[in-house]
Amino acid sequence: MTRQRWITLAFQFGALVLALGFTTLILLATETDPWQAYKYIIIGSIGSLRKFSDVLVSFIPLLLVSSGLLVTFSAGLWNIGVEGQITLGAIATTWVLRLLQGSSLPPGVIIALAILAGMLGGAAWACLAGALKTYGGVNEIFGGLGLNFVATALTLWLIFGPWKRPGIGSMSGTEPFPDSLWMPMIPGLRLSPWALGIGVLFIILIYFLMKGTHFGLRIKAVGKNIKAAYLHGVPTTRYLMLAFLLGGGLAGLTGAIQVTAVYHRLIPSISSGYGFLGLLVAMLVNYQALWVAPVAMFFAALNIGSIQLPIVLKLDSTLSGVLQGVLVLFVMLMDGIRQKITKRWGGGS
Amino acid sequence: MEIKLNQICKNFGKLQANQDISLTIPGGTIQGILGENGAGKSTLMKILSGYIQADRGEISLDGKSIRIHSPADAIQHGIGMLHQDPLDFPPMRLIDNFLLGQPGRLFPDWKSVVGEFKRLCDQFDFSLQYDTYVDMLTVGERQQLEILRLLWLGAQVIILDEPTTGISSLQKQKLFETLKLLAGQGKTVIFVSHKLEDVEALCDRVVVLRQGKLVGDQLKPFNAKKLVNSMFGKPVSLKESKGHALDRVALELRDLALEEERIQIKDIHLKIQAGEVIGLAGMEGSGQRPFMQACAGFLRPVHGHILVDGRDMTGKNYPAFKQQGVGYMPAARLEEGLIPGLTLSEHFTLAGKSEGFFINDGHWQEYTREKIQDFNIKGKPNSPVESLSGGNQQRAMLALLQQPLKLALLEHPTRGLDIESVIYTWSKLKERCCDGAAIIFTSSDLEEVLLYSDRILVFFSGKVSAPLSSRKTSIEQLGNLIGGKDWATIAAGVEVAA
Repeated sequence: MTRQRWITLAFQFGALVLALGFTTLILLATETDPWQAYKYIIIGSIGSLRKFSDVLVSFIPLLLVSSGLLVTFSAGLWNIGVEGQITLGAIATTWVLRLLQGSSLPPGVIIALAILAGMLGGAAWACLAGALKTYGGVNEIFGGLGLNFVATALTLWLIFGPWKRPGIGSMSGTEPFPDSLWMPMIPGLRLSPWALGIGVLFIILIYFLMKGTHFGLRIKAVGKNIKAAYLHGVPTTRYLMLAFLLGGGLAGLTGAIQVTAVYHRLIPSISSGYGFLGLLVAMLVNYQALWVAPVAMFFAALNIGSIQLPIVLKLDSTLSGVLQGVLVLFVMLMDGIRQKITKRWGGGS
Repeated sequence: MEIKLNQICKNFGKLQANQDISLTIPGGTIQGILGENGAGKSTLMKILSGYIQADRGEISLDGKSIRIHSPADAIQHGIGMLHQDPLDFPPMRLIDNFLLGQPGRLFPDWKSVVGEFKRLCDQFDFSLQYDTYVDMLTVGERQQLEILRLLWLGAQVIILDEPTTGISSLQKQKLFETLKLLAGQGKTVIFVSHKLEDVEALCDRVVVLRQGKLVGDQLKPFNAKKLVNSMFGKPVSLKESKGHALDRVALELRDLALEEERIQIKDIHLKIQAGEVIGLAGMEGSGQRPFMQACAGFLRPVHGHILVDGRDMTGKNYPAFKQQGVGYMPAARLEEGLIPGLTLSEHFTLAGKSEGFFINDGHWQEYTREKIQDFNIKGKPNSPVESLSGGNQQRAMLALLQQPLKLALLEHPTRGLDIESVIYTWSKLKERCCDGAAIIFTSSDLEEVLLYSDRILVFFSGKVSAPLSSRKTSIEQLGNLIGGKDWATIAAGVEVAA
């Protein structure tokens, strides 16, 4: 068993090396000095407190959305609709903020209510995909994908329609909310300690939920063998829906944080691809909640670190996306190879 | 075309599926291949039709030795096989299916193909419409389509694997006529079946396989008794079945009727006492599974009532049945019964009563250790179930059966177990009987059915016998009933005796 652990680890390390090698080859092909590029990514992400705080700003949504995806993944669901769930969370949050911004309620209560609404919005959107799957027989991948488009259209309609800025609607989003409705920030930085606290709190909650509770065990059982889980008395439909509910709720929370702590308004691309990036994180950690935080941190650092590449090296900042995508591909590839090899060993002995 | 098989051998790991099988089939005849499930019939036919390759041995056609590497090879040599489940493409039209497998051009000549199809249909008097979709057809019609396709591809030898499962008696009659017509045209027909009556009605000659060996060989007219004996081996002397029946009805079926895709069962009246063991005998797919599934609430009956422990459960779902004390153990261990990726203790936690939100890990580890000891499972609480051997997985499933248990439905509870494990398993099951659980189980091992059940229900293509007393039934009688023979006399006779 321990030997197998080491083999697995070695293969994962190999995947990392291969991913870096592949990205290096691409850099060489574009006649860029790879060392320079990597150096700027590192400097750009942890070179200063300000940069690092930006990494954390990117880390929070990724952490939240990935921990939600951990639940749906464990239930055997491909929650592709996570992008739409983030968007709906942001929309619901914006709606409540707009509704209450003129009221006499204290700002803290308004923000709390708005965040709650965001979670509900994301959960509702996920339940739609879940209901389509469990009652309508629509695969969650297709249902989610469809709902993503609907969510995007809904955002655009709101920004250019009912919620447009005074005068004329613009791609820059709705009218920003007053400072009082912002989540408290660290002075001089874009980082909200509250948002960070929420992110860390939820990954810890999900970790214990999936590891130490009957709920988590049942979710895992449904994901690994739904027939047998039913046979052993797990109400499978209910747990599939609960997984959607929880995953969607956390995606909605992500959207709420983006509105209250980052953009302070609804913008057209409010999900910023964090949903898809979260899917990559969840795939990479292979159901283990413990690894979500470090991997999400690494991905966030890549995101932020590559921002200055276009300025200094005339490289597009999508290089971080290349590295992230390639990394996931190689990890999965190496895992496939490892399983093939160990199976052969097992068969031979 | 004359087919000669010479000393065909095929092993799957330790299992000798075919051992030194030699057989000559002259052209223009219908050859029956008879044997129990797992006797090696399908393996032999798959070798002949190119789906798998023999380890040793030789195949010759009309005296010429050939090698068959793939199904396409086989059809080139004129050998075509009709599978138990038709290998067609339901969402496509008949004519598209007909064309499949035809080596050909990008744009087929539809007119001539349709003409050919109609000509073949007329020849065999099939009423198939070329432009309907395959999913509209019955199993019998799909067989007809497949036969036409094979003939059109130039098959001289047609192999049919259990073709009479799931078709109506009218369609069976039609099929037999067709096959006789084909033999009359000089084609060779190989008919694989476990049904004695079908073989008797159709075949000119028959061989019997048992445990991978060719053990019998007869020409028409057949001696049915001898065939049954060769199919199941020597009659076995029976030990007494231990009766634990209590004076309480665990399960009552009133005028029950069930329907599944291929099978319909009607008029089941049955009362099973607590502590009683009921064995279901019959070839796979004769209706045992829907019967068991109905008793667990997985399949809703179309008519009649199901009462568990005196309570009417008709129309309720499985969780309600489970609540009422019904446990189900499926045959496919890792597919339906256990959850690969979870450990033993996680299984016991899942199946057990959950108290509180958090898992009391210490409690469940301890509980699992007790069960491991009690059921003699070779494994640790933290062993993933897929790492256990088949026998230990089986024991784990037994240990997972719920407490209290009023009715246990077990599909092949001892399949794949060695003899010691079988005895152990049954000793554990009999313990549950003493606690008042009734057991219904299926098995393809007739000896096991006779040995461990108090009463036996025989299934034959949707027909269910009256309960037979296991003490008054012999293995030959069971064999005959399973093959669809002597239903009128034996079933009635034993029913009176019971």
